[in-house]
Amino acid sequence: MRMDDLYAEIILDHSRAPHHAGLREPFDAQTHQVNPTCGDEVTLRLAVQRGEDGGLAVQDVSFDALGCSISQASVSVMTDLVIGESLAHAQKMLAAFEAMITSKGADPGDENLLGDAVAFAGVAQYPNRVKCALLGWKAFKLAAAQAEVGAT
Amino acid sequence: MAVVAHVSPELGSHRVRADFPVLERTVRGGKPLVYLDSGATSQRPTCVLDAEQEFITDHYAAVKRGAHQLADEATEYYEGARAKVATFVGARQPEEIIFTAGATASLNLVAYAFGNATGATGDAARFAGGPGDEIVVTEMEHHANLVPWQELCRRTGATLKWFGLTDDFRLDLSDVSGMITPRTKVLALTGESNVLGTLPPVADLTAAAHRVGALVVLDACQSVPHRANDFAALDVDFAAFSGHKMLGPTGIGVLCGEYALLETLPPFLTGGSMIEVVYMDHSTYLPPPARFEAGTPPVTQAVALGAAVDYLTDLGMDHVEAHAMELTGLALQGLSALPGVSILGPATTDARGPAVAFLVDGIHPHDVGQLLDDAGVAVRVGHHCAWPLHRRYGVSASSRATFGVYSTADEVAALVDAVAGAQKFFAGR
Repeated sequence: MRMDDLYAEIILDHSRAPHHAGLREPFDAQTHQVNPTCGDEVTLRLAVQRGEDGGLAVQDVSFDALGCSISQASVSVMTDLVIGESLAHAQKMLAAFEAMITSKGADPGDENLLGDAVAFAGVAQYPNRVKCALLGWKAFKLAAAQAEVGAT
Repeated sequence: MAVVAHVSPELGSHRVRADFPVLERTVRGGKPLVYLDSGATSQRPTCVLDAEQEFITDHYAAVKRGAHQLADEATEYYEGARAKVATFVGARQPEEIIFTAGATASLNLVAYAFGNATGATGDAARFAGGPGDEIVVTEMEHHANLVPWQELCRRTGATLKWFGLTDDFRLDLSDVSGMITPRTKVLALTGESNVLGTLPPVADLTAAAHRVGALVVLDACQSVPHRANDFAALDVDFAAFSGHKMLGPTGIGVLCGEYALLETLPPFLTGGSMIEVVYMDHSTYLPPPARFEAGTPPVTQAVALGAAVDYLTDLGMDHVEAHAMELTGLALQGLSALPGVSILGPATTDARGPAVAFLVDGIHPHDVGQLLDDAGVAVRVGHHCAWPLHRRYGVSASSRATFGVYSTADEVAALVDAVAGAQKFFAGR
């Protein structure tokens, strides 16, 4: 794979100017994830609200992250995708993203579901970068679980 | 970019490189492998592999037991390896060499054995520590020479203290007498930072520790592979190092300890091979080194480590050191000449070993490593198991190039080119 593909323009754009960066109030859950091999970390806040269908929806996600361009861009793209979605749909995207990233290239990702996040499909070719791409998503996964517990 | 090189003729030469088959291979779409990660783990010469195979094929059996010829031969090979290693690092006698699973195991052995002296009477009492006692480390330690001491303090109630680091990447020695005091039980320090390359004044600090009756534990992982060592002359009480960083196999390390201390140090792992007499309610233990080698030892790995020691000895450790330092000088020069690149460590080869960590403005080390990898250049990225050190300098990670006997000036030039290429890649898009 060429570096131009791994570091697609959309990834570099997000890493240079991450969307929804900076921790915000109010929030219902806050989680912290660390990549122990490189020291990268992310603190992520999630605010949820009860939707008309009675289920929880993602009202806001904010974060403070320290890390490589892949991890920064990945959490940034994720916030664009999940904010405004139902928590159930966000979790579906999360599962699809994780499947794509850990597929070693077999799963190119469903663009209808994952939108810009399919740009990270190339990361799957580099096992040592998988953790980078997943850092923010793992933080969201934990925050979502916390918010669900808090809401019941 | 052109780097004019004058390196020791034998090392890094075609002849030496031919001993390391892996260097022939290509990576990432046909690019020649430029392996600059020997500080993490070194490649192995064929003679080490051959020694292992010959031992397994012709002489393998359980050591130190069995009334048969093979057992005798295997034991002879194993003990022969111990003698080679002892000579190589300047141990006073082969029995000062304890084979372990690796340097991490060696350091944990010492820390746990010290802990096992808690409540001891007699000679072993000198190893015991508790509330009011202090263990001194440094801020540049590898996690393997930090976490075991944190844990020992937690178990015993002793206090952990550490020498900080200066802005010019040296140990802060402004208050040695305030740091090493009559309360100090243990001074545990590295012989050479695996990130900065910095060489602490081990002999001076050892003397200071001994003046107050403290024990000195040296992490020699980085220094043993590329410098002549004389632990007896250095006067450290214990020294730990790994086989896989010195052209040997994984799964073996060494704890070298002063014999008189080993004789009274309580055991850590217990079981077969280390006992003298076993009763149902208690046991007595063999003298060192057997006392610290419970279970079936890594015999095959020890034999291969002996072959690695022979190989290094044949090259000559003075040559090995000169070669590593020439490459270090070239790397320091080449990298610092690039705008936006800074060395995380001393900028010259003065009081320094061959680990060259560096930072590239605006590019995370992981991204630097990725671009280098794409050019065939293998370096380490991350905190290199020295997280507190990186925190001290306000960074979460760095990229690090380290050199082996097979490394060449051309490879250093390839590194510098690849770093410049990474800068160009990220600046241009």
